[in-house]
Amino acid sequence: MGSLTPGFHGRPRPQGVALPPGQYVTEDFPVLSAGPTPRVDTATWQLDVVTETGATHSWSWADLMRLDQEEPTVDLHCVTRWSKFGTSWRGVSLDTLLADVASAADFALVGAYGGYTTNLPLADLLGGKAWIVHTYDGAPLHPVHGGPARLLVPHLYLWKSAKWVRSIRLMVQDSPGFWEQLGYHDYGDPWREQRYQGD
Amino acid sequence: MQDTTGAQTHEDGNALAGPLSAVFAHDMTTAVGRCLSCAAERPLAEVSVWSHGPGLVARCPGCDAVLLRLVRTPRGSWLDMTGLSRVLLPV
Ligand SMILES: [Zn+2]
Repeated sequence: MGSLTPGFHGRPRPQGVALPPGQYVTEDFPVLSAGPTPRVDTATWQLDVVTETGATHSWSWADLMRLDQEEPTVDLHCVTRWSKFGTSWRGVSLDTLLADVASAADFALVGAYGGYTTNLPLADLLGGKAWIVHTYDGAPLHPVHGGPARLLVPHLYLWKSAKWVRSIRLMVQDSPGFWEQLGYHDYGDPWREQRYQGD
Repeated sequence: MQDTTGAQTHEDGNALAGPLSAVFAHDMTTAVGRCLSCAAERPLAEVSVWSHGPGLVARCPGCDAVLLRLVRTPRGSWLDMTGLSRVLLPV
């Protein structure tokens, strides 16, 4: 299941080949936050998926840990122009989480502890392209990077990969999130440089 | 403005040009903003600004609510001030 590429971590690549237009490579992991870091205890952590009919599906931390775990290694592309190659994560595929959720929605609005939101097509959460991750590089995900759990949608700009993920609202119509309301792109494909509306 | 029956009518937004040019020429860091969330008032110079993300986010130091967001794009600057219920521009 999923687009796992075990052993890919650390493999050298020719410069420029896997780099989307307008990006540069960084080795460290910059922290870009729009507010204070929420401190979320796994004892009270919860993820809600709310469908377009209002049906709510909830997972506790223990529920999340009981699900099939995957270990994607992926490249990250931030709209502030840095890219980071070969990041290793552990978490649950959205295909697994949403397997029993009945919905005809085309869009999702992801919500986070602290109030952040971001929108994307539901199809981009499915098909082995997105995870709820809780482990980075073999260690529990640090709060500054979105721990205890964040969304990971690496084929889109990183602002779509909401840190401190709290909810996923499934919607028939698209609804812009925190940055999308202020001119950022509703889709955000780094390979097509979809930074802003109209790109 | 009055029409021929004496009833008041409205003008178009061009009537804002003069008054608002004075407002937006003001040094906004001395403007006193009221947080929509907790009603605290303080000069914008004292709010918390998060500037390392895709845009600027100003938050209330008291309750962390978003007061103002500013994003500069090739099309223009997007400004959201819905977190401020009012702003005083001191003389
Ligand atoms: Zn406040």
